[in-house]
Amino acid sequence: MATTAKAGNVDGVIREHPPFREHLISILQDVQEVEGYLSRENINRISEYLHLPSSKIFGVATFYNQFRLTKPGKIQIQVCRGTACHVKGSLNLLDSLKLLLGVEVGQTTKDGMFTLETVACLGGCSIAPVITANGRFFGRLDKKRLEELVVKFREAGEVVA
Amino acid sequence: MSRVFIGMGTCGLATGAGQVKAAVEKWAAGHNTSVDITPVGCIGYCQVEPIMDVLTDSGHRVSFSNVTSDVTSFILDEVILRRNLKIDGVLGQFRNGKAPLAGVPFIDEHPYFRTQVKYVLRNCGIINPESLADYRAQGGFTGLERALSLGPAAVVDEVLASGLRGRGGGGFPTGKKWQLAAAGPGPAKYVICNADEGDPGAFMDRSILEGDPFSVIEGMITAGYAIDASDGIIYCRAEYPLAIQRLQMAIATLKDEKLLDAPLSASGFSFSVRVKKGAGAFVCGEETALMASVEGRRGMPRPRPPYPAVAGLFQKPTIINNVETFANVPHILREGPARLASMGTEKSKGTKVFALTGKVQNTGLVEVAMGTTLREIVFGIGGGIPDGKAFKAVQIGGPAGGCIPESALDTKVDYDSLRAAGAMMGSGGLVVMDEDTCMVDVARFFLGFITSESCGKCIPCREGTQRLAEVLDAIVSPYSKMASEEDNLLRFNRILSMESLAKVIKDTSLCGLGQGAPNPVLSTLRYFRKEYEAHIYDRRCPAKQCKGLLTYTIANDACTGCTLCARTCPVGAIVGERKMAHYIVDEKCIRCGMCAEVCRFSAVKVS
Repeated sequence: MATTAKAGNVDGVIREHPPFREHLISILQDVQEVEGYLSRENINRISEYLHLPSSKIFGVATFYNQFRLTKPGKIQIQVCRGTACHVKGSLNLLDSLKLLLGVEVGQTTKDGMFTLETVACLGGCSIAPVITANGRFFGRLDKKRLEELVVKFREAGEVVA
Repeated sequence: MSRVFIGMGTCGLATGAGQVKAAVEKWAAGHNTSVDITPVGCIGYCQVEPIMDVLTDSGHRVSFSNVTSDVTSFILDEVILRRNLKIDGVLGQFRNGKAPLAGVPFIDEHPYFRTQVKYVLRNCGIINPESLADYRAQGGFTGLERALSLGPAAVVDEVLASGLRGRGGGGFPTGKKWQLAAAGPGPAKYVICNADEGDPGAFMDRSILEGDPFSVIEGMITAGYAIDASDGIIYCRAEYPLAIQRLQMAIATLKDEKLLDAPLSASGFSFSVRVKKGAGAFVCGEETALMASVEGRRGMPRPRPPYPAVAGLFQKPTIINNVETFANVPHILREGPARLASMGTEKSKGTKVFALTGKVQNTGLVEVAMGTTLREIVFGIGGGIPDGKAFKAVQIGGPAGGCIPESALDTKVDYDSLRAAGAMMGSGGLVVMDEDTCMVDVARFFLGFITSESCGKCIPCREGTQRLAEVLDAIVSPYSKMASEEDNLLRFNRILSMESLAKVIKDTSLCGLGQGAPNPVLSTLRYFRKEYEAHIYDRRCPAKQCKGLLTYTIANDACTGCTLCARTCPVGAIVGERKMAHYIVDEKCIRCGMCAEVCRFSAVKVS
């Protein structure tokens, strides 16, 4: 029952756009917003709607960094790897996050809580180093504050300030 | 009723502007009064965010820095209830034509703002970015009115006369681009605003979109009128959710006000704008790749000509300009081209916005007249390097730019001087580096960025940058990582061919991304050869950043055997008994530096 409701939802999201290729990226973005990632079934669904081979859609989805093909964790942490953040030590932050969560970049923790990702630049350079957790910005971080944040998120099970 | 303004751009929100707003609301409820809270964009001085301005009952707007939620009520108590302005954190008062408040400096005389020229950023941090009335009060849309009375050809002439050049990095004269597109065959033509600000270390466009979205749209409508296009697209990075939200709000408002999707002139000119979200590909900042992405394909560039002004989006004439370029246009048309042409140097007119970040006292957005020296920006406005460290270099122009050392700091910021110094204007990111930054590491960082962002279409960029990255990786590898003597010989062999490889990539790549890719290597090699030599010959990283070349040891005499480092070490590489000197097992050490960080006796030495 739940799956059909969800599938209906995704179908609705797809059908909000006219069936032309120029809307492909917007469709992928909206589907990912609903589902958290692009599943094989949904890629096929979009393929039928746009009359476009699913290989083409796969090609687009893998070209852009934004799209995920596997299910992400409840909290997605993105570490900014821009120049300003790099100069201010974001590589060290990333390393300590890897140790803290026990995952590599692009992976999700076993309990499904955290997904660790990097991003080219978040544009928060003046408050570097920056991470986002589920889209929320946290700036001027150091190892200690980062550890505190992760502990807080883990306890609350969600992103809290 | 009292009024406050809170800087609520991304930087303000990340440093707690939301909590400040809540604190103001709580204060108002506690004092049984109402306070009108106006959210504004970022004024540019991000270092001291959150920033809150209070309108005094004498009608003066006074700005306060570092306003955390706990000092908010104190400031409101003092300013509104006790009329006392002699408190910490006053940035200054704004000029408003009235007699100034005694004892409060003007904000435009603050060292950070004194030498800045606010032309494009004049409204950012001042007006409510979501209010059309605020924008109109600053003269918004009078530029467009004047444009509509002048006629399309005269609009192009005005832009040409101003000398405005593209602010996205290339520096192509904007008026010329418009002229070409105006001559192109109709009826369908497009105006694209490139808001895919992918340069790591740059956020000018984000701030303009968040702080003054109407000015960008007004610029686009003007461009549409000049070339007779009716469709506008803003291609904005998905990483900028607040900018996208403000744009969509502005578009909806303008539709209601019949400035979009409605006839604007007697000839029936009307214009529509929509926002396309980018999906996180750096190469899409390149105009032909951007168009491919708008068309729903993989964002890969194609050879030019034909230029977009002739055959662009869906093969129709298209002009693509950067956010900052469009934001210049309304001011040119309102004030006439002479004002912009009066600023800057002979070949680079007007102002440029820079994102000043990295190891510098004052980080934020600065707008200066073209021709200002880098020294003035880094040491004058930026206030120099924090913690008494020495300046090493400033990186300008993003991954295709270069690093400029102390000796070349008197370089003027304009398109041509920067190119001569081995860098480029780029979109305007300025990342300051101090003595603790390793230039080989910076070059590696940029190459790593390019190799992961290369679209893979042309071979010099796809393969060449990989090879170049391998050379740099070998430079920072320790002797112990070399499998054989042959590897060592190969390492030198590759280093010898590094410069020629860089030149081939530069000469033969298809688009700007590949052509600029070797620049960080070439410019650091040009100015910091000694640092490379230390890595190559001595296998030593002078700035102690290249992990492969570092060794951590514990000084026997300084170590008290407190076991803190052994307990902190994530890989168990530290051994030793309590109250005895400890020892780091080099083979196990991952060089994370945690032991040096926690040691209270500075016993951990890095060499």
